[in-house]
Formats: sequence, C-alpha cells, structure tokens
Amino acid sequence: MHRKAQRGLAIASTIALLITAAGCSGDDGPSSGGASVPGVTDTEITVGTHMPLTGPASAGYSKIAPATKAYFDYVNANGGVHGRKLTYKIMDDGYNPANTQQVVRQLVLQDKVFAILNGLGTPTHTGVLDFLKSNRVPDLFVASGSRSWDQPDKYPGTFGFNPDYTIEGKILANYAKANLAGQKVCFLGQDDDFGRDSLVGVEKVLGAGAVAVKQTYVTSNTNVAPQIGAFKAAGCQVVVLATVPGFTALSVGTAARLGFKPQWLVSNVGSDYQTLAKQLGAAAPLLEGMVGTNYLPMENDTANPWIQLFTKINKEHNGGAPFDGNTVYGMSVGYLFVQVLLAAGKDVTREKVLDAVQKGGFQGPGLAPLRFSAKDHSGYGGQRLARVSGGVQSYFGPTYETDEADGPVKEYTATPAAPPANGVPTGS
Amino acid sequence: MSATRAALPPKRQLADTGDRPVDRRRGSTLLRHLAVVLAAGLLLVAVSYAVEPFRNFQLATVAAYLCATAGLTVLTGLNGQLSLGHGALMATGAYTVALCQNAFADRGMTGGWLLPLSLGAAIVGTVVVGAVVGVAAARLRGPYLAGVTLAVAVVVPALAVTFDGVFNGEQGLSVPVEPPPMSLGPYFPYERWQLWITGAATLLALLLLANLIRSRYGRTFRAVRDDEVAARLAGIHVARTQVIAFVVSAATAGLGGALLAVLAQSVSPGAFSLTLSLFLLMAVVIGGLGRLTGALWGAVLLVALPDLTHSATELLTLSPAVAQRLEGNLPLAIFGLTLIVVMIAAPGGVQGLLSRLGRALLARWPARRS
Repeated sequence: MHRKAQRGLAIASTIALLITAAGCSGDDGPSSGGASVPGVTDTEITVGTHMPLTGPASAGYSKIAPATKAYFDYVNANGGVHGRKLTYKIMDDGYNPANTQQVVRQLVLQDKVFAILNGLGTPTHTGVLDFLKSNRVPDLFVASGSRSWDQPDKYPGTFGFNPDYTIEGKILANYAKANLAGQKVCFLGQDDDFGRDSLVGVEKVLGAGAVAVKQTYVTSNTNVAPQIGAFKAAGCQVVVLATVPGFTALSVGTAARLGFKPQWLVSNVGSDYQTLAKQLGAAAPLLEGMVGTNYLPMENDTANPWIQLFTKINKEHNGGAPFDGNTVYGMSVGYLFVQVLLAAGKDVTREKVLDAVQKGGFQGPGLAPLRFSAKDHSGYGGQRLARVSGGVQSYFGPTYETDEADGPVKEYTATPAAPPANGVPTGS
Repeated sequence: MSATRAALPPKRQLADTGDRPVDRRRGSTLLRHLAVVLAAGLLLVAVSYAVEPFRNFQLATVAAYLCATAGLTVLTGLNGQLSLGHGALMATGAYTVALCQNAFADRGMTGGWLLPLSLGAAIVGTVVVGAVVGVAAARLRGPYLAGVTLAVAVVVPALAVTFDGVFNGEQGLSVPVEPPPMSLGPYFPYERWQLWITGAATLLALLLLANLIRSRYGRTFRAVRDDEVAARLAGIHVARTQVIAFVVSAATAGLGGALLAVLAQSVSPGAFSLTLSLFLLMAVVIGGLGRLTGALWGAVLLVALPDLTHSATELLTLSPAVAQRLEGNLPLAIFGLTLIVVMIAAPGGVQGLLSRLGRALLARWPARRS
C-alpha cells in the first residue's frame, strides 16, 4: 500500500507541476488587437536586453543597461516616443551563454518584447542569433565589436554598435606606425574573436611579420606574468592590448612589478580610465601615458553638451550612479534607439524599424560615422585616440575612420552633432 | 561518507525504498516502469501543445537537468559517493555533442538520425571519463573523494581553454541543430520540438535508472552505502559496485549536458563552472536524496528559482543599483537559504516531506486501506 501511495504521489505531483506550468501560460493575457506588433501597445513600447549584471564580466559592464534605462525614463518624462512610453526589461545572464538562452527566450516568448537592444557579449549573443532571426525579432546594436553582427545576408535583423575590433586594431597600429616608428611592437589579446580580430587589424597596418611577440590570455586565469615576462624578455617597446578592463589593469600592474615600462596602446573596451583607476586603486598613476581609443564623448569633458545632458539624466533618473564611460555608452545606445523609433514612424512595426536602421543617416554623441546600410550592419566606423596625462584621459589628434578590409586609415573631419535642446531627438 | 549519510532520509524510510522482495502480484517491474514512462511521455506531448513556447523551453531545460540530477541521486543518494564534479561530466557530454554536430555539419551531412548519434557519442564519451574518475573514486572516501571530484570540476573547463584549437577557448563552440522535420508542418514551434527531444531522452534515461535501482545492482548500491564491511562480507565486490555507480551516473550527467548544449545551441566553459556542480548537488539534496522524484524537484528548482526571483525583484520598486545587485545574487542566496531550511525542517528533502504528508493523509482513512 505504502509504496503505491508513494508512487501515486510522485505521479500526482508531476502532473500538478505540469498543470501549474500550463496554468502560468494561461494568464498571459490576450494580446491587444489582432495583427498587433509584439511589445507595442498604444501607450507603450517594450524592449529587452541581456547583460552581465553579476559574475566575472560585470565590472563596468553592469552599468550600461541601467544607463540606457535612465535615458528612456528621461524620454518618457518628456512625453515618450510618439506618445508611447519606453519600457526596458533588463535580464542578467551572468555572461553565461546557457543563461542567455533562457533570458532571451523569456524576453521574446513570454514578455513579448518588440526588440532586443544592446545584448552584451560575443559568446553570449552568438548563441541567440539564430533564435532571434527565426522569430524575426530586431536585434539592434549588439554590445560587442565582433564582426559576427555584420552579416546582412545571414542575419538581416542584427546590427552592431561598437566599432569592430579589426577597425580598432588598424587605428591603434596606425598610431604606432606614425608616432612610434622603429620600435618593437608586441600584442596581448583575449583568446577569442576579440583578440583575434584585433590582431588581424594590427597586422593589416604594420605587416604580417611586424608584431614581435604575440600573446593571449583567458579570463579564467588571472595571471598574466608569463605573457608580460615574454614581452620584457623580447625587449618590446610598444604593447597593444586587446583586453577587457580587468586584464588591462592586470597587465599594467604586472608589468610594473616586473619593472617593464612599454608604451601601452589599449583597445576601447579596456581603456576607460575611471574603470581602470578604480581597479588599480593606489597604483592608478601607472596608467600615465597610456594611449587608448574611444568614439563617444569623454566622460570628464564637462564642456561637451552631450556630457552635460547625460550627467543631468544620470542625476535625475539613474540615482546619481558613478558617471563613467559605461554610462555614456548606455545613454548613447538609448539615444540611437529613440532616433530609430522616430525614423520608423508612428505606426511602428519590426519591419519599419529595420528599414529605418538600414536607411542610416543617424547622428548622435558619436565622433565617428555610423554607417548602417543594407550592405553594412556594423556599428561605428572609426575611433579617436585618447591619452592619460596627469590622471586625466583626454582626446588628441583627429578622429580616424577605416574599414575592416584593406582600406586606408584616414581622418574623419565631420564635426559631431550637438544634442537637441531638450535632449530628445526629433523625428526626421 | 558519513557526511553523505547524515543528509539522507531517516533509516526507516530507506528500508522500504525497494529493499523488500518484489511483490509477485504487481507483475514485472519493467512493465510497471514502462507504463509510467509511457504515461509521462503522453502527458508531456499533451502539455507541449497546451503551453506556450517559453514554458516548453523551460520544461525542456528541466528535463535536461533532470538527467544529471537523477544520475547524481543514484550516485550520492543510493551509493553514498559524493561528487562535486558532475558539472564537468555534463561539460564532457556537451562538448562531445558539439564536436559531433559540427563534424556532421562540416561534411554536409543532414538527417534526423544524426542527433541521436551525437547524443550516443556524448554518453560514450562521458562513460569513458566517468570510468577513469570512478576507478580513482572507488579507492577514496569522504573528503578525499570530494577533493578528487572537485579537481575534475576545475580541470575539465580548463582543458577547453588549454586546447583552444579544438574547443575554441572561453568563447566555446556553437552546436548546429536541425530544425524540426518538415512532416510536422512548416510552423511547428521549435521549442516544442526541443521539449520532445529532451523529454524523450530523459524519460529513456529515467526508465533505465529506475530499473537499475530495483535490480540486484540497486540493492548492492544501497548495501555498499549502508555498510561497506557488511557488504563485503555478503560477497559484494565493493570497488566494482562503486565504479559501476559512478559510470552510470556519469553517463546520465553526460546526456544531461549534451541535451543542455542542444537547447542552448552553444557550449562554453562558463556554462559548466564549479558553481553548476555545486548547484546540482544542492538541488538533489533539497529535492530529496535517494529518489528519482527528488531529482525531479531538484531539476525544477534549478530552472524555476532564477525565474521566480526575477519576477519578485520586478514586483518590488527598488532603486536601480539595489535592483541590479539583487537580480543576480538573490537566486544564490535563496538557494542557500532553501538548503538550510530544508536540512533543518525536512532532512528527506522535498520528496521526503511530500511522502510524509502523503502517509499522514493515508493514515486518516484507515477504512480505505486494504
């Protein structure tokens, strides 16, 4: 009897569980209207994102999505987009691709978001490309410089935001070629598309054999002494870093410990001074003279109207969170998305949004051109160099633009757009 | 060893989980299990039509985790071997499936039979790894065994990084999976197809495990767990039994990992960290050690908890900074708290609690007892 009862219970509980699961789906509510657009009602547009709010990659990056949300809140406070409020659903994936699968499915299938905006990470976002494509969800402005996002034929709905890592490698190498000629150049890159694409760019400019020592690191091993030691032993004078912030700080610190002082040329994703100085603490002066790249206004440039706008929004809608490059990045993404929505018109659909992005012609905080077209789904097409001097990171020289192929690195002379008076773009 | 035993349900319950001679009137154990599995399968198909795609995907994830937790329950609950390395065994299965699927795709091979082939290869791969670890494990007890399995959990993801030419480092591999067959119609939801695949594989694994538990091997597993010396005196080859238990449990973990990779369409070392191994162990302890139904509760918990905490944090109006901090960390905290509460209130886990409730209810209707 007893055993039968147990088994009965087990079966009953399984059924109960499954029915609960079924029940949960029932209360999802009817979608408003017959041929409605997912995530869009008369009063609201809902978009979602996946970000590492926790885990090893969260340092710095976890501030991006809240900054975007703060910008949306600001737009909402100013009347929204075509009278609709923007809702931003932020899901934590801990930089784990398996979690990304879960949370993106939740956003698309359950929360019925209109689009995925600024999903972060190459390994994480790669896993959901096909899913988003088959569900025809716009996959806008992925937060990574991998060239995977620029495949219009394969992924018509996916667009990048960051300049891709090859462009960045070319611009960094161009600086070395022009200003540090004759010096021994070495390279440390992350052991994935980030490091590999960046190295491709560096070698395109300097020539295949010009990089004396090439090293890689993995984020799960926080000891870069062997790599830095190899640079020192080889007598490197210039080291190009394709590193995330934590590993930029680690490399600079390790080099100081080994008594090795090269000229650092650092990728955009790993060269935000505020983030690095926070990680290095008392050793922050080691960053003196570091050359990095960026393509958005520098957060300490208080004379810049964009920074003034973003600082105000950060105070009013982001709980006064520390203001750094990630905040500027997140708000710039939000600004671009609002521009796109306005360009797509009042009766917004997913198709109209994609058409609007492909039409291009967006101008925002960025210094470099955004080159969206039917044939080009990559994000920003250039960068400007910045140097740390006296504990302050500031731009120098012109903005450069280039392509990911063999095109030259040339100056981009257009002056950046000024923000609209009330901080909300107007429809074009 | 003693640590594991402390976490087990009270002795009285253990004694009647299957040590009794089979009641002849009930007929064949295999047939009974087959009937249950068949019913569960039909139910699963019905449910897959009744619920929306996201729930289908969640159920499919539960099924994939259930494979792993069921195997771990057999190992830890029935055989008394503690493993902190099952996440790594899942990774082995996942990488095998990824390599196989990629190899097939590179050669332009297509067809529905490829996925079962890859899953089979994943099981074989983990069986080999499980046998190697199991042989070592059979010589070790308690904390030493935990140490070795812990090392496995650390080493396997590290291998993926070291041999990055094959495994593509931390970025991992993508797992190309065929869309549902055209015979199901052009608009057949992909998530329902995923639930069917994982559900079928998991039910098969559960059927085999359930039969194993009821068989002579199951009894020797329990005999070894309860008293090795007594088991040896009774003529049981203790080391061999332990290796078999480890291999069986590794095979199911490998299948679970492979299914997870098929669901996520990607594998990377980050998905199979040490945390996953610890979560699996916590899940089976909370669910109820020593029973397959307990493993089911554990698997459900693994999927439901992050989802529930997300909804909970959404309901509260918090400042952005606090909400962001809670979002990822709350599931961990709740998992830990649940573990502590369950250990204090119901040492038999969720399943132990449920069967106790069930017994109490039955006792109230003495007239209905035969």
